Amino acid sequence: MIAAEVRGLSKVYNAGGSRAFEALKNFDLSINANEFFTLLGPSGCGKTTLLRILGGFEALTEGTCTIFGQDVSRLPPEARPVNTVFQQYALFPHMSVRRNIAFGLEMLGTPRAETERRVDRMLALVHMSDYADRKPDTMSGGQRQRVALARALAPQPKLLLLDEPLSALDLKLRQKMRLELKALQRETGITFIFVTHDQEEALAMSDRIAVIDKGRLQQVGTPEDIYENPESRFVADFIGESNLLDARVSAVNGGEAALIVEGFADIRAPIGRPLAVGQLVSLSVRPERLILREAGQDVPGGIARVVARTYLGNAVEYHLVAGGQTLTAHAPRGGLRGLLDFVPGDTVSVGFEPGSIKVVSS
Amino acid sequence: MSNTASSSPAMRTVTATSRIGDIRAFAGFGSLSFACLVFLYAPIVFLAAYSFNDGRSVSRWSGFSLRWYATVFGNENIQTAALNSVIIAVIAATASTLLALGAATATVHRRASGGGAAYAVLTFPLMVPEIVTAVASLVFFVAVGISLGFTTILLAHIVFCIPFAYLPIKARLEGLDPSLPAAAADLYASPAKAFARITLPLLVPGLLSGWLLAFIISLDDFIITALVAGPGATTLPLHIYGMLRLGMTPEVNAISTLMLGASTVLVLVSAMIGRVGQKH
Amino acid sequence: MSVRQLSFSSRISPRLTDLGLLGPAIAVILVFMVAPMAIMFVYSFLEAAPYGGVEWRFTTDAYTSILFERDFLDDSLTFTPDYLVVLARSVFQAGIATLLCLVISVPTAYYIATRPERQKNIWLVLITIPYWVNLLIRTIALLFVLRGDGPINAVLMNLGFISEPLPLSYNGFAVCLGLIYSFLPFMVLPLYSAFERFDFRLLEAAYDLYASRRTAFLRIVLPVMRPGLIAGSLLVFIPSIGSYLAPDILGGGKTLMIGNLIGTQFQSARNWPFGAALSMILLTLTLLVLLWLARRAGQQTSDCR
Repeated sequence: MIAAEVRGLSKVYNAGGSRAFEALKNFDLSINANEFFTLLGPSGCGKTTLLRILGGFEALTEGTCTIFGQDVSRLPPEARPVNTVFQQYALFPHMSVRRNIAFGLEMLGTPRAETERRVDRMLALVHMSDYADRKPDTMSGGQRQRVALARALAPQPKLLLLDEPLSALDLKLRQKMRLELKALQRETGITFIFVTHDQEEALAMSDRIAVIDKGRLQQVGTPEDIYENPESRFVADFIGESNLLDARVSAVNGGEAALIVEGFADIRAPIGRPLAVGQLVSLSVRPERLILREAGQDVPGGIARVVARTYLGNAVEYHLVAGGQTLTAHAPRGGLRGLLDFVPGDTVSVGFEPGSIKVVSS
Repeated sequence: MSNTASSSPAMRTVTATSRIGDIRAFAGFGSLSFACLVFLYAPIVFLAAYSFNDGRSVSRWSGFSLRWYATVFGNENIQTAALNSVIIAVIAATASTLLALGAATATVHRRASGGGAAYAVLTFPLMVPEIVTAVASLVFFVAVGISLGFTTILLAHIVFCIPFAYLPIKARLEGLDPSLPAAAADLYASPAKAFARITLPLLVPGLLSGWLLAFIISLDDFIITALVAGPGATTLPLHIYGMLRLGMTPEVNAISTLMLGASTVLVLVSAMIGRVGQKH
Repeated sequence: MSVRQLSFSSRISPRLTDLGLLGPAIAVILVFMVAPMAIMFVYSFLEAAPYGGVEWRFTTDAYTSILFERDFLDDSLTFTPDYLVVLARSVFQAGIATLLCLVISVPTAYYIATRPERQKNIWLVLITIPYWVNLLIRTIALLFVLRGDGPINAVLMNLGFISEPLPLSYNGFAVCLGLIYSFLPFMVLPLYSAFERFDFRLLEAAYDLYASRRTAFLRIVLPVMRPGLIAGSLLVFIPSIGSYLAPDILGGGKTLMIGNLIGTQFQSARNWPFGAALSMILLTLTLLVLLWLARRAGQQTSDCR
């Protein structure tokens, strides 16, 4: 079942004005029911705009927006069966935690007794029962976060929108809340649409991720899919770290292409879409999938010079120059490939793990 | 540039008198500030002190007495003037606060075009010298045929109180997180309900300080009132001014001291409201 | 769960709501403030009626009579500087008062801004109280201490410094002091909030680069504060130039300012067009100063960016 869907969605600010800005361009996206779905992208990419359009806080310029089959494109926020956890929580400062959580139910005209029962259940769900009569400004960021969640969940929305809800928390708490949020989503079975610019957060929590850049949808898929098989240079670069190499297709053989990369020999990669011989493409290789050996040892690949070595704690990072291209390699300390240590100036052989090279669109 | 001492930084000597301590402190600023306080307070303290003088003379101290206060409280004209002042100030403050509340709600956090023009009109009374407002109001009331008196004073006061009520309300609204009304709408509140349940309660400190400011400004006004009052109506400042024409008397001291006391109380109340408001 | 079906069309358009909210306040100011100014402008080009009011005949007499006197017999114009002197005096008195307020306020505001939180709040309340005390009463209080038999002269005579009371009141000095006394808090408070926002790490940087305290204050603090200084000066200069009470109560016959001159035309002198013309001049002067300072302040902020 589809929880939310946008078709041909565009959003233009100052339409017609001299400073018109197209925040979203011809967007198509379907989000399944019971999914933890993340909109991921750098700041200003349009992810928050999309969330605000789903919530009814911004009017869309073109296209449609449906929630569980109902066209909500022209409905104000109060008429949509969705609730939002705001970035800075937006808890009503003049109301107690209990009244904050009860607000939505009161507005829907839920009977008093039922409201109080539901509020108690929500308080228990987010482990805030002891704080029911506190005012929001007397609580820590993590506590406010929980209240904001309870408030948004209390009216039992069909869809929960979360606008970077963890960005105001410190690292330790953020990691803890990730697990809690994920557990909460499983427990309630409500579809979560989560906005973040933090790729680690997105990978850790999501069932599926939509990567957005400059108002365009770049790629949709599971975290593994997005990380292992980036389709574009942008996705490869934005999610995790990537070495991006310029290459030219020299031969295509079934599902595999042979590629010419300056400084390297015998590069092969599987291809998901048709490529023409002679075409220029980009290759993406994760730094941890580079193999470094002492120069002269036989590894399929090329020769590189070490220009910098950085100690990272759990790994050592090498900056390499090979055939005019710069590469980054991560070698685990004392691991299989880390038995050897190099210093700047060394010449090394560089190879790639089988299946580690991905062809991405430039 | 004070690089006369030496061309080499390392060689520069620091005089023994320059203290290491609060780098922000400048010699003499403290004493000047105290002098400034004395200048502001000495005249009103003297004025108040002599209101308790037993003698008729306003220059020689001849013992403590409250007789001038008795005279003031017994004076029916002063009572009428004071009552007029308070009634006008209450109505003018309330009316201007309501007008300002509407204007602020419409201009803040909305991309309503012409917001700049609205701001210019709303603060226009602040730009015009008081005496010009005074005579222009007089001319206007005479031209449109509203007879001078209580009504004209009230109308004039409402007008010049608007910006004083508007600015604190606007500041408070601007400080309000725009996602609060959005959150209310998200939780199924209609725009009217969101305003009544969320925006309005949070605006209360701004409304109170706007109202108080307008109230004091109205109570304070002399020159505009003097020109649009006409022969019948009077306010406390007009009455005091009239008393002054007959010379400095202890009664003037006494009634001035009463007004001083009232202003001080109002300032303290508004400071308290400000502190409560900051909590949210 | 029940979802109320609202469509945008069933709601009153936000634009209309805004108009309904904003309209009344704007209308009140347009009718009772802007329209009167327009009437004044028209009146300034009409003939004076003998007992106040106007005759509907176009003339520029109101403006020419500021500079010239019309001879009754041959209708010739002779230059008379009397009113020009009043105008110049107004600008001069307001200018001096503004300058002195600046000199007093800069150290005071700076000192308050650098106090610890509790002391700061006390200082602020102390400065705010005179700000809210009735202007008429404050002017009376100043007259009370400046009078010939007032406390200042009494103390000085008792101590034997002087044998005759000093002429402290009913002159230009008293008027200028009155303007400072009236509007000093108008300067201290905005300067304070400007200093409050000052980044004191700039001072550390200045000292680090071998600036003396004096140099640091003059070359770092004051220039950064310029928009605040301009705003404060404006808040003192504008009410000063049109001031009525200080010259009226503290001044004598030769200390009349333009505010008093205007007031008189609508009270005893009963020359409405002349008063209207003077008002237009004062209003224009004020708005020009405002515009000029606002533009300079605007330039300053854009320079900083």
